[in-house]
Formats: sequence, structure tokens, C-alpha cells
Amino acid sequence: MTAVLSSSAPKTSLDANAGATTRTPALPVAFRSLRRTFGTGPAAHTVLRDVDFEIRAGEVLAILGTSGCGKSTLLRATAGLDSPTGGSVDIDGMPVQGIDSRCAFAFQEPRLLPWHTLQANIAIGLPTGISARDGKAKVARLLDLVGLTNFAKHRPREISGGMAQRASLARALARNPGVLLLDEPFGALDALTRIKMQDLLLDIHRAEPTTVLLVTHDVDEALQLADRIIILGKEPNAGDEPAPGATIVRTVDVPGGRPRDRGSVELARMRASLLETLGVDGH
Amino acid sequence: MTQLSNPAVTGTNVADGRAAAVPATPADAAQPGPTLTGAGGPPANGWSPAGILANGWARLLLGLIIPAAVLAAWQLSTAAGVFSVVQLPPPAMVLDAAVDLLQRGQLGQHVAISTQRVLIGFAAGAALGLVFGSLVGLSKFADALLAPTIGALRAVPSLAWVPLLILWMKIGEDSKITLILIGAFFPVFTTVSLALRHVDRNLVEAARAFGLKGVKLLTTVQLPAVVPAVFSGLRLALAQAWLFLVAAELIASSMGLGFLLTDSQNNGRTDRLLLAIVLLAVIGKITDALLGLAEKWAVKRWA
Repeated sequence: MTAVLSSSAPKTSLDANAGATTRTPALPVAFRSLRRTFGTGPAAHTVLRDVDFEIRAGEVLAILGTSGCGKSTLLRATAGLDSPTGGSVDIDGMPVQGIDSRCAFAFQEPRLLPWHTLQANIAIGLPTGISARDGKAKVARLLDLVGLTNFAKHRPREISGGMAQRASLARALARNPGVLLLDEPFGALDALTRIKMQDLLLDIHRAEPTTVLLVTHDVDEALQLADRIIILGKEPNAGDEPAPGATIVRTVDVPGGRPRDRGSVELARMRASLLETLGVDGH
Repeated sequence: MTQLSNPAVTGTNVADGRAAAVPATPADAAQPGPTLTGAGGPPANGWSPAGILANGWARLLLGLIIPAAVLAAWQLSTAAGVFSVVQLPPPAMVLDAAVDLLQRGQLGQHVAISTQRVLIGFAAGAALGLVFGSLVGLSKFADALLAPTIGALRAVPSLAWVPLLILWMKIGEDSKITLILIGAFFPVFTTVSLALRHVDRNLVEAARAFGLKGVKLLTTVQLPAVVPAVFSGLRLALAQAWLFLVAAELIASSMGLGFLLTDSQNNGRTDRLLLAIVLLAVIGKITDALLGLAEKWAVKRWA
């Protein structure tokens, strides 16, 4: 883990190279009356309903919510891994239908192929049609970006969890995604590694300013990384029967440029307020 | 990795009937049929200190203990006159028979033709097993379409095919190789189709998210993930191939180890009969050991 964050050194060379490979510009994403119901008939179970939201191109949006509230479902619908029961997800004005090549996904687990080197694993993310030479250069650049150059030929089982997660992030970036989807990517990491990974993500976003949708259950992580935060949850309603399925119950703009001071008083106040929305006492 | 610890197999798929017996441990697969003569040397483990088992040469010697004991018992019993020479000729006579046949140039021919039949039939059967196993393992449609038929065909005992194959293909190489192909097909088909169902869904989903599908997804994720299972299927298939070879050659042939068996039986040459059995055991074990080496390499590479 010594190579963890040599992030500032590679960054400069990165920006210089960035123009060399073709890059998809950051794309806006819109949820339109999105609904997802699992099962049919009396066993039907609505997870999401009436999700309407627009994410600006290049924005970092954090999606918060208690577990099982449909955060991942929302992300999977954006990637085309899951299709909504009603409504649509539009990327750059075009609805998502099937696996969408404009998106790249990083999962909570690294999900690397154990029989490939990190290098080969990252290459899986490369867009189709890229030449072998460009692909190789791109992978080398990404290995550098996530500080894994010295581990290019290692197998996933030979590296730590944090390193595997960085490789997973690099694989997603290899796609030149217009939208980067992160499903609790740091959730399984220890606290220190998680902070380092958050900083790395900010570096990456600076180098490749794509649209980022970050699902997390960690309020601090959301406050640290996001331009805006949405909270998914059951709507508190006046009637006796609560409406089934979660929707966006709150939207929060997080002020201030990044990186943010983890000890800021303002963030602490927001943290308490967000936790309250999530049904937890913030003291 | 997806070893074939196949849980609760549903009643309708291929896995009913004989399939339950197929996902045996690779150790079983390591013993082709004719090891009864002792040449196969079952690896002894469990009671031995781990230190001995770690040493390759010690292991080899340990495996040779039983064949040596069998040979000694054979020699002693024949020398003591327990059996008549027609019932059980002494080892030296069998050796003489081998030398005799070798000098006439027949032994090499028998061994070569049998090995050739096994290798061709095994290769073709395993390839088909891989293709159909992949289809049935990956596609629910193919499963519903093909699995019942393949399951029924597997239930047909091997010898039942012989008259039909001879009728259709005459007594030539084709009919024998086809029979061996049938024998090699099923173990590979069953292990591959079952193992593919238990490939880590997370890995497959991740690959799909990056645009992999169809044949590319199969060769990039699914097949590598089932490599250990494929190899245990291949080893079972190879053992089956030798089994079916003898079935094919016993009935209609003028060359090969199976022919040597029937021919010797008809001429009362028990020495040659024993020779054929020993050769089947030794060659079967050698081909299996070679496949075992390939397996070791592949599992290290892909697991």
C-alpha cells in the first residue's frame, strides 16, 4: 500500500495527455417519472416511484438513502442493467435502452476477473473500436492515475481491497464515460483507505470532469464529494396509507469548492440535518 | 471457483438421472476403468504424514506399492501352482508375449491404432460437449429445447449403439470413433452445462455493464470461470473414451487392444489377454496423467 497516493505527481502528466485520447464530454442525465416495481399482481413490490430529477453535465451527485430504498436500482436503471417499469432515464436527451455505452459502472465490490492481470482487467473497460495502441496507452495512463503502475501485471488476488477498488475505478474510466456510476464504491473499505479513495475520486474528476452519480450510505462522503445530494425515501404523507416505494424526499446543494475541510462547521450542520432526514439523530 | 458442488438440481433439466454421479471428484476421474490390475496406483492419502505426500518422488513410490504387491502375489501364486497356466500365466510369460508381439510388429500397431481412435474420438466428443454444454448452460431456451433429448440419449447404454453404428457406418474407423465420441461427449457436456449455471453472477453482470455479450462474454468470463470444471469433465471423458474403445473393438475390429482381447480369448492365449489389460491400464493412466498436467497448468492460469 505504499503506492496509495502518489496522486499529485501523476496528475500533471495526465492533464497534458488528456487531449491525446478521444474523450466523451460529460453528459446530463434526467430521470423522468421513473418507477420500478418488482413482481406482478398482489406480490408486486414498488421500489421507486415518481423520480424526477435533472443532473447537470459534469456534476457530482450523491444519492443517499437508507438501505433497500432503491438507490442501487436507480443507478442500475441509468446503466441499462435494469429497465424501469415506468418513465425513463434520459442521458443527453436520449432514453437509456439496454446496456448503455455512455455509462461506466463501478460496483461496491471490485468485480475484477481473477484470471487477468490488472492491466487486462482495466482494458475490459475500453470502448469498442479503439485501436490496440491507443488502448494500451489509455490503460497505462489510467494505471498511473490510480497509482497502480507498479502492479500492472499483478492478479487481483495479489493486491489489497483498496487497490482492487482503484483498478475497478480505472476500468470504469477506460470507457471514457459520459456518466460515471458509482455504487457505494468505497463502502467495503476501511475508514482510512476510504478517505484516500475519496481524495482520489476528486483528483479523477478534476482530470476527467465527467458526470458522476455516487450512491452512498455515508453522509460524510456525500458532503465531501458532491455538488448536490438527493435523499431517497418514503414520502411522509398526511393520509393513513403510506405510498409504496421511495422517491426523492430532499435535495441539498452542497456549498464550497472541493476538496472541502472535513472539520467545517457548516458541513457539520448539514450533516446533522441530513441524518435527521434519514431518520437518525445527528448528535 | 465453481466446483461442481451442484445444489438442489431441478427435476426437469439435464442433471437428473445419471448426471448426479458425474460431478465426481477429479480423483475418481484419475482412475480409468482398467486400473483394477493395479498399474494405476491409487494415491494413498489421509493416513500418511503430510511430509511424505509433499515429496513428489515419495508420492510416486507410495503409489507403486500396491502394483508391486499385486505383481509379487501374481508371481508367487503362479509359482506355487495355485492356478493353471491357462487360467493365470506367470508374469514372465506375459512379458514374453509382449516381446513376441513386439518383434512381429503387431504390438505397436495395436497400441497405435487404439490410441489414435481414443484421441480422435475424445477430441471430437469433448469439443461437441463443450459447445452443447455451453449452449444448455447459458441459454434457458437451449436448455428447454435440448436437455431432455440429450438426457434421454445419455440413458442409452453404450453397447446399444454398436449394432446401429455398424449398420450405418460399416465396420470401419468411423463407427468406432463415433462410439468413442458418444462416450466422451456426455461427461464434458454435463460438467460444463452445470458449472456455467454457477458462474459468479456479479462478474457476469460487471462484464455486461462494459458491453460484453454473446460469444465474447462466454470466452472472456464464463468459460475461464469454469476451467476447473471443464477439466474434471475432460478427465472423466478420457476415461470413458478408453472404456468405449474396448467396447467398439471387442465387437468388430481386426486391430487394436480390444481386438487383442477377443482374439486372445478365442485362441486361449491368456498371456496376451493379460498383456492387453495391463497395456490398457498403463496407457490409460499415462494419458490421464498428461491431461492432469494440463489441468494443473490451466487451473493455475485461470483460477
